[in-house]
Amino acid sequence: MDTKPDEAHAIGDELLARARAAAAAVPDPEIPAVTIADLGILKGVERRDGIIEVTLTPTYTGCPATLPIRIDVETALLAAGITDARVHIALSPPWTTDDITDEGRRKLRAYGIAPPPPRHSENGALFSSPAVACPRCGSSATQRISEFGSTPCKALWRCQACREPFDVFKCL
Amino acid sequence: MSDPRLASYALSLGDDALVLGHRLSQWSSRAPTLEEDIALSNLALDLIGQARLFYTLAGEVEGNGHNEDHYAYFREPEAFRNILLVELPNGDFAHTMVRQLLYAAFVHPYFQALARSVHGGLSDIAAKAVKEMAYHVRHSAEWVIRLGDGTDESRRRTIAAFEALWPYVDELFESDADEHVLIEAGIAPDREALRATWENVIDRVLGEAQLKRPDAGGLVQGGGRTGHHVHLAEMLAGMQSLARAHPGAVW
Repeated sequence: MDTKPDEAHAIGDELLARARAAAAAVPDPEIPAVTIADLGILKGVERRDGIIEVTLTPTYTGCPATLPIRIDVETALLAAGITDARVHIALSPPWTTDDITDEGRRKLRAYGIAPPPPRHSENGALFSSPAVACPRCGSSATQRISEFGSTPCKALWRCQACREPFDVFKCL
Repeated sequence: MSDPRLASYALSLGDDALVLGHRLSQWSSRAPTLEEDIALSNLALDLIGQARLFYTLAGEVEGNGHNEDHYAYFREPEAFRNILLVELPNGDFAHTMVRQLLYAAFVHPYFQALARSVHGGLSDIAAKAVKEMAYHVRHSAEWVIRLGDGTDESRRRTIAAFEALWPYVDELFESDADEHVLIEAGIAPDREALRATWENVIDRVLGEAQLKRPDAGGLVQGGGRTGHHVHLAEMLAGMQSLARAHPGAVW
């Protein structure tokens, strides 16, 4: 059956919208409260020569979640009926915590993870720590326990007001 | 297009990262505290991630179909081009942290410079990895200060670590003839040009730690970059055993 150019365009647009929605809804495997779109690691979903092309970027070069995320995106696209898709990983421009959306920050806080503090110089002074508010009680009387937490992208902190330990999304 | 100089350079960057990353991973379940166990594993993960990217690039440049696993698991020790500093056994915790500081305080500004390389593949990797190395400098510097300015025992061990490792630092700044061609072409940064930057960081940390630079002398010249290794064979025997026992295995 022939489709007119206008109809082909409409079908293509619908396909692209479906692909974008499916990819954007994929949860982060390590922090399932946020999606890969919230985190800003979904860099783009485009349609080229009839093929859906998805671009992802890793948070850290050694992030073990990169491969599972890729597989999750491929699976989500298949589930949305998109069989002709390519997922590729781009290093540039490098991801920063500034790429996390406001919605992503809100979801992280609600999940008990303090969103990343504002970025400072790469040569940050020794023993310097940014001010971080406790995601549970909001107190700013908090203390860093360890620069490294349960995943490469998080540090371990403790609230001195409510005494709860909590994760902080590391600033990158 | 195959470019042996570029491939060899990418391999040397990958080898430094992989070998040090594997050494750090040997601390897993053995670190002095749980937090530090996690920290060392995370540092290792950063380095192994960087190695994978450099190896993948080397394979593309060589154009012979070699992937990251080939370079990590199926080369003999003499094919590795890492510097000797990174292959030395971990020693005690002070030794591991001093080595991490000596390495990271060089690689951090080196990657800042490599991020301006005219080679897009290299600059992309460096721009990504430089942010990780900033953490490595901070984490190791804080420990070296704590240990050096700590108890009598931690101070004694930190001084011993600097004295044992100092003879190996010059290799960080050495470039062979092939690398000089890449430096001239704006592909690779000039290692020697970063010595003052490196010394500034090290001296600052030593000052905070109430320590002094070890006396120079008995410096180890080259070696690792030309495939002459001391401790690598023993390390690779463990690291490569699984991949070699089950070639092509996936999980």
